[in-house]
Amino acid sequence: MKLITAIVKPFKADDVREALSEIGVSGVTLTEVKGFGRQKGHTELYRGAEYVIDFLPKSKMEIAVSDDLVDRAIEAICKAAGTGQIGDGKIFVTNLEQSIRIRTGETGNDAL
Amino acid sequence: MLKKLFTNKFLLAGALLFVPTVASAQEINGADTAWILTSTALVLFMTLPGLSLFYGGLVRTKNVLSVLMQCFSIAVAISILWLVVGYSIAFGPSESAYWGGLSKMFFSGIDTSSVSGTIPEATFAGFQMTFAIITPALIVGAFVERIKFSSMLLFSILWTLVVYFPIANWVWGGGWLGQMGLIDFAGGTVVHITAGVAALVLALMIGQRKDFLQSASLPHNLTMSFTGAAMLWVGWFGFNAGSQLAADGVAGMALFVTHISAATGALSWMVIEWIKFGKPSGLGAITGMVAGLATITPASGSVGPAGALLVGLAGGVICYFATTYLKQRMKIDDSLDVFPVHGVGGMVGTFLAGILVSANLGIFSGNGLAEGMTIGSQTGVQIVGILATGTYTAIVTFVLVKVVGAITSGIRVTDEQEQMGCDITDHDEKGYSM
Repeated sequence: MKLITAIVKPFKADDVREALSEIGVSGVTLTEVKGFGRQKGHTELYRGAEYVIDFLPKSKMEIAVSDDLVDRAIEAICKAAGTGQIGDGKIFVTNLEQSIRIRTGETGNDAL
Repeated sequence: MLKKLFTNKFLLAGALLFVPTVASAQEINGADTAWILTSTALVLFMTLPGLSLFYGGLVRTKNVLSVLMQCFSIAVAISILWLVVGYSIAFGPSESAYWGGLSKMFFSGIDTSSVSGTIPEATFAGFQMTFAIITPALIVGAFVERIKFSSMLLFSILWTLVVYFPIANWVWGGGWLGQMGLIDFAGGTVVHITAGVAALVLALMIGQRKDFLQSASLPHNLTMSFTGAAMLWVGWFGFNAGSQLAADGVAGMALFVTHISAATGALSWMVIEWIKFGKPSGLGAITGMVAGLATITPASGSVGPAGALLVGLAGGVICYFATTYLKQRMKIDDSLDVFPVHGVGGMVGTFLAGILVSANLGIFSGNGLAEGMTIGSQTGVQIVGILATGTYTAIVTFVLVKVVGAITSGIRVTDEQEQMGCDITDHDEKGYSM
């Protein structure tokens, strides 16, 4: 099992969710986060002066998948979240040791 | 023809008979009273909740409640101070040109039959009370997010007592500036210069916020600020048009020129930002509006509609550059820009009133100079008014901050408390629990 963490532009979060549903991913956790990468920040006006905002709003999506779904999930996220512009986001993949469905006690791939 | 002449003569005789009666008996005029009662509500509405929301939205989430509480507590404390001694100092009958004495403490001798001009004295006193409330509340913008609540309250009470009440007497209560012929219709000197100068002195003495000029100090809720600003605009009709103390032509014109100046101030600030940054900001628009309103305040009983365009333009443009200069260049953390908007606006408006009052300026003519005055002599009086109120305020504010600091062992919260926010440290509450 792998845990995919995708940082995407907030307005692309719905597209990513739909693309993942199509390939059979059944659960996503979404968090509104702030951060910066190569896109850096942006400026805001305050009474005749510009202020640099370092952290931009992004959506963090966490998806736990079975090993055989990982590549297709990554492909789906890249396709749905990509605009070709700087600031499209990043995907991180980590090993997932265990998963448990609280209601039934199922574990591993059965719990995903 | 003959009949018309007769009628006119009859009317004239009637009028002549009628006028002295009104003047000598000081009867209460229902229309005037109704308008001043309305204006009283409008001006209180400027502080509660207008200014409170305007300021509250401009600070960060962790300080919003402390700002609302500061404005509210000032309204509460100053109301009581006004009853106890404020009205007497500002408008008491003393012969002195510097204060009204103590004979009207606790509204002594004022009952339902007491008359002031053409309105009940209680109505006059109530209307003036709302001005005494908003003036120290304006100063709040200078020290938000870092002052101790106890220091804030003690300072506001003492400041209103020894700065606002006497200056109100000098200008409106029969004191020396009024006797000189200073034009300050609704408080350019009494309200805006005193609040602005006090804000500047306080900002210098309390020092910058820890994250001053960093993005972390940006407003938390501009929707709230817009709401408050719109209430200020509406409330200002009572502030300026109410200051005529009558429901008449001057009041009507005062309301209209106030509105035009607000619109011009907002537009000019927007245009400057648009040219400079490619976009006009919402906060810029409402700040320009407040600048236009503060600037027209002293002049609202003197200038004509076209003159109001000039006043609003001057307010918007000059206050814009004053704001950026003070904050970005001089690095003074007058946090919500009280001095550059209210102080500078009050000075510009008080100065311009001396010129635009003239009836000989073509389309820009005002209501006319007082007898014996020229534009030159009137402007001289205006400058004396600006300097006298500004200097007195600066000196007394400095002393008061020292005194309050000694009593409350420092006026500033600790660095840790500032980091946590004044909502929790001053009130054990939060503005938002979401």
